[in-house]
Amino acid sequence: MSALRSPLHAVHDERGARFTEFGGWDMPVSFESIRTEHTAVRSDRGIFDVSHMGEIDVTGPDARELCQRLLTNDVDALAVGDAQYTTVTTEAGLLLDDTIIYRLEDDHYRFIPNAGKHTSMVERWESHREDWSLTATITDRTHDFAMLAVQGPTAIEHVDGHVAPTICELDPMTIARVTITGVDGWCATTGYTGERGVELLVPWDDAETVDAALEGTRCGLGARDTLRLEMGFVLAGNEFDPEHEPRTPIEAGLSFVVDLDAEPAFVGRDALAEQAATGSDERLVGIRMLDRGIPRSGYTITDGDGAELGHITSGTMSPTLGEAIGLGYVSADRADEGETVHVRIRDADRKARIVTPPFLEADDE
Amino acid sequence: MSDEVPDELRYLESHEWIRVDDAAGTVGITAFAQDELGDVVFVELPNVGDTVAQEDQFGVIESIKAVSDLYAPVSGTITAINENLFDQPELVNDDPYGDGWMIELELADASELDALLDASAYAEQIA
Repeated sequence: MSALRSPLHAVHDERGARFTEFGGWDMPVSFESIRTEHTAVRSDRGIFDVSHMGEIDVTGPDARELCQRLLTNDVDALAVGDAQYTTVTTEAGLLLDDTIIYRLEDDHYRFIPNAGKHTSMVERWESHREDWSLTATITDRTHDFAMLAVQGPTAIEHVDGHVAPTICELDPMTIARVTITGVDGWCATTGYTGERGVELLVPWDDAETVDAALEGTRCGLGARDTLRLEMGFVLAGNEFDPEHEPRTPIEAGLSFVVDLDAEPAFVGRDALAEQAATGSDERLVGIRMLDRGIPRSGYTITDGDGAELGHITSGTMSPTLGEAIGLGYVSADRADEGETVHVRIRDADRKARIVTPPFLEADDE
Repeated sequence: MSDEVPDELRYLESHEWIRVDDAAGTVGITAFAQDELGDVVFVELPNVGDTVAQEDQFGVIESIKAVSDLYAPVSGTITAINENLFDQPELVNDDPYGDGWMIELELADASELDALLDASAYAEQIA
């Protein structure tokens, strides 16, 4: 099957993008250089095409109930115009996806599955709707919308010059209907970089018009990855994956988006309640290298004396800090901040320290 | 600049170059290779006095996204390493044929050079 393409693919190509396959999509990995793009987002702003993210609309009188029963966070906490980070788990409490859900209107929710997950999420919502005899309408809008993330300290001010009404008053984690360069769309104050910024949802066929109006450093998935890693944000497929890295939100450090008391209970609630009570065997931690070397996905974490404690799920050289950082799972009894561990890099155990993300403090910028 | 292939160097298909002056060789990676890798952030090199065999791994180079092995164009004994790369790995991006050099070695057998690509053959490979 050939890879899916964003409506901006040709525009990126003209700008000299290098492409990579990600979640079944052929997307820019970098334009000029990952470091340049990363730095632009931390100091000014960057523009990312994130059209590989899915959009699924759930509407109707019992849309809320259906979402509440399939998402771990409390959907009832959402007023119209709010956004919420949440996860989707199996009956066993294992992560299938993490997502942002927006409440657009009273009975209209939209959530953003990760690349390549939109079809399985639609099927999941549909099959549970039948199981529970609900009537909500579920619509895959993935190919209706392009998504552009404008992120960085100057992002909101810049986008505000192109939208009506103003977005300067929007609180973080909200969404508003806007006109962007004459195009009807949505502006959400969400992102995946740790910076202030917005994510714009615009009709697929108008993506070029909106993109052309925006000025800033064009960024690819490479910088998106280093930016999220500096914040300790998990990446589907790395920190959890139903096949290769089956994890619960509790293990993955996402307990803050699990509401065990929300009604009606979500799929996976009982398994997670049990794990919350007994504790998990392993826990996701931040890793900061003390010896030379860069932790990479799959590397073994050891105690330095031959015993394996866990493994790395993501790692890179932090462009902001100039230090090698990573995320990984280790035994819960060795997961405390400040604990010294080792990462086995090319057969040598190299010293590292366990830290609590984010790696980047406000004064590092 | 990323397609620069100096005439006086010899090349491995795996994108290392060697500059030979009598029995001494200097080794690095090509402009094309550094461009493909992107921002170089880490280089691991052998110790002075180590020996390497032709086409054996002598080190590792990492960009933000990728890890790649470095291969010796010829057999020999390491006589110097570019320690500047430990603090300034970006020299590989900035000046791959100059300040971004990696190792110097004493050639064990100059006839091994015959097995390497010349500039036009390497240029053809990356075209």
